[in-house]
Amino acid sequence: MANLTINGKTFTLDIEPETPLLWAIRENAGLTGTKYGCGIAQCGACTVHMDGVAMRSCGVTVSEAEGKKITTIEGLASGDSLHKVQEAWIAQDVPQCGYCQSGMIMAVAALLNEKPKPTDADIDEAITNICRCGTFAQVREAIHTIASA
Amino acid sequence: MNKHFSPTMNRRAFVIGTAAVGAGLAIGLDLPFGGPAVVRAADGSPEIGAWVVIRPDDTVVIRIARSEMGQGSLTGLAQLVAEELECDWTKVTTEYPTPGQSVARKRVWGDFSTGGSRGIRSSQDYVRKGGATARVMLIQAAADAWKVPASECTAANSVITHTLSGRTTTYGKVAEAAAKLTPPAEVKLKDPKDWKLIGKGVKRLDTVDKTTGAMIYGADIKLPGMLNAAIKDCPVFGGKLKSFDEAKIAGLKGVKKVVKVGDTAVAVVADTWWHAKTALEALPIVWDEGDNAKVSSASIAKWLAEGLDDAQPAYVGNKNGDAKAAIAGAAKKVEAVYSYPYQNHATMEPMNATALYTADKCEVWCGTQNGEAAFAAVLEASGLPAEKCDVHKVMPGGGFGRRGQTDYVRQAVMIAKQMPGTPIKLLWSREEDMAHGRYHPITQCKMTGAFDANNNLIALHYRLSGQSILFSLRPEALQNGMDPAAFQGVAQSGEAAFGYSVPNLLIEHAMRNPHVPPGFWRGVNVNHNAIYMECFMDELAQAAGQDPLEFRRKLMGNHPKHLAVLNAVAEKIGWDTPAPQGVYRGIAQVMGYGSYVAGAAEISVTDGSKIKVHRIVASTDPGYIVNPAQVERQIAGSFVYGLSALFYGGCTVKDGKIEQTNFDTYNSMRINEMPKVESVMVPSGGFWGGVGEPTIGVAAPAVLNAYFAATGKRIRSVPLRDQNITFA
Repeated sequence: MANLTINGKTFTLDIEPETPLLWAIRENAGLTGTKYGCGIAQCGACTVHMDGVAMRSCGVTVSEAEGKKITTIEGLASGDSLHKVQEAWIAQDVPQCGYCQSGMIMAVAALLNEKPKPTDADIDEAITNICRCGTFAQVREAIHTIASA
Repeated sequence: MNKHFSPTMNRRAFVIGTAAVGAGLAIGLDLPFGGPAVVRAADGSPEIGAWVVIRPDDTVVIRIARSEMGQGSLTGLAQLVAEELECDWTKVTTEYPTPGQSVARKRVWGDFSTGGSRGIRSSQDYVRKGGATARVMLIQAAADAWKVPASECTAANSVITHTLSGRTTTYGKVAEAAAKLTPPAEVKLKDPKDWKLIGKGVKRLDTVDKTTGAMIYGADIKLPGMLNAAIKDCPVFGGKLKSFDEAKIAGLKGVKKVVKVGDTAVAVVADTWWHAKTALEALPIVWDEGDNAKVSSASIAKWLAEGLDDAQPAYVGNKNGDAKAAIAGAAKKVEAVYSYPYQNHATMEPMNATALYTADKCEVWCGTQNGEAAFAAVLEASGLPAEKCDVHKVMPGGGFGRRGQTDYVRQAVMIAKQMPGTPIKLLWSREEDMAHGRYHPITQCKMTGAFDANNNLIALHYRLSGQSILFSLRPEALQNGMDPAAFQGVAQSGEAAFGYSVPNLLIEHAMRNPHVPPGFWRGVNVNHNAIYMECFMDELAQAAGQDPLEFRRKLMGNHPKHLAVLNAVAEKIGWDTPAPQGVYRGIAQVMGYGSYVAGAAEISVTDGSKIKVHRIVASTDPGYIVNPAQVERQIAGSFVYGLSALFYGGCTVKDGKIEQTNFDTYNSMRINEMPKVESVMVPSGGFWGGVGEPTIGVAAPAVLNAYFAATGKRIRSVPLRDQNITFA
């Protein structure tokens, strides 16, 4: 059994402690917005926040996540009002297939938390998610739009 | 399920033709006394022709048969219908009919296949007619109610106006009456100059759910009582499953069943996918790998190289004059051999499908590029007739050609068939996805160019050796053994025609099909043909002592559309003015998928091995542009796909298996490597070309030609990582 705090809610899950957080979120907590892409912390599709820090949830175990405040894409909005990154994503029409975008948005939200006005170099360093459709130009533009708002 | 992608058609209304249709997939039909039947959507709203449903609140539901997989065609197709329908765009929503419904209605929605950049160009005519038909019926219904001639009425923004009296009504109010009318036998489509919505970069219809986590992809499907499956197929293509030791994983948590899947694969079914996957990894499996286990990248390369020899048989795809004789008697000749490797599609979402099989029904939920092919796979794997099967399409996390194949659908059904009544979600691991791709075909190419004493190109011999996709996937499309698609981009005519006039030309293909299965990988045969031809064009220009752009221009007099896009990029990048200090340029053009494209790159190179791509200019003439904002994204995205393959891609074969296993060994470009892409759209009108793929063809040669300009070194094989060249 493990207790996970996800999006402000406590989940008591019948789960082995070494299970990757990604699968606990998707299969045990039933939140499928966080995506599986590689399972080896390469692609970033599974990015969530752990105590406000962007983490690749496929590389974090349930036992490591216990006691931490986990936020997934479903928990990014405050009630009915979307997070500024989600709003910017909609305004810029960023997603193509969209599969990587939950992770991309979570990574960007964490970056903006830390650096509200990131430079291109900051973006290059912090955003290392893979997008096979190739939305990078829109991602960068949307980040700058938020930063200059 | 979200509103755009849930199959929500009516199952409760009266059904006709049950013998042929089957209650599970029928669309409701009212059977009036006299007049045609009214077809109803799930909420009871009437269809106005097969493509349009109008709700009483004026919501317009547009049916989309092709698959959205990221490239925006769902929005573009809706724009085409809405343009002719004259509806309020803000009230438009979309839904997918299922392949089962389509079959039951004599394929009223036409082809579901979404590949070859065909989503829009191959359906534009009949979907626009679908919109126009609905408009005519809605106007007629209003005119009938007002007892005036329809010719006195107009429609705009979902409002119908009787111009003489000024009376108005809305689509929602007359939809019921319109649905009872006989559709017009013929409709006239708008003149392109009158388009209001086509050509406008309206926002996509599927964005919001992709930013909140609400969009349901295949891997996200949840059904009551569902179990999860992980699978391993024989890693050597063509090999078989010999045995597995189920006892070794007996008692592992969550494991429900271990099943054989056909002759080649084994799957573990468990409560969660994580349990299934970990148990599968612990399962001892013995494979019968067969003779293919002796194949390696080196043995394939050797076999392909032999095909470059003129003594070996080859299919001629494009010919002019006598190239061999002209080369033999030329004042000067240039020769080079290039190669291009296997590539995995590496969609962000690995292959998956969810199947529910019972004695009298088989349903599948999956992302697919071809609903009808997936449907056919369900029929075949389940053994049930069409009226007892259906496929519910959900958003795929990328397609790029991979999800046009149905291997994963078939597997899901084969597993579900062994557990009747239990929905089974089969999800491939990334490792399985890398091991069982349908890879970009492997080829080599020997090119010989010959000049007269005045440095005029008098002959070109282009000899391709390697794999045919059609041989493997669509053998019925071969022409006396020849794969016509192998000549994409260098063909004599058609939608991927060669853009140069050379007096003596021979373009041929020595077909050699290694055991690694090829597939339609975004851009398909245009990719390597464009690299070979456009890099060699630069070599020829160099040999002639001419500027690469000027050299091309001289050969393109008979190909004004090819030339126009090339000129457009040359002008925009400033080819005639010097590049910034330390920056070098390369240029390329090709025709593919009915569109003319060109690209130019500005790069700098450090230590001969670190490439910084500063700027890309890319031009496209697809005839008509439906949504310029989406076309721009396809152009930019094409450089991500094409340059990822150039720098990081390449799948190699060892002991008959693919060596790359995940994104650590098959990397993809990140945002820091992404150049600025400036697109120049030059739609010349009069034809419909595709935009999802052709630009990939020019991505690599533009950069490779710039690399030569910077270093004086030719790169003739992909990927660059094999030569220790990487992004700066």
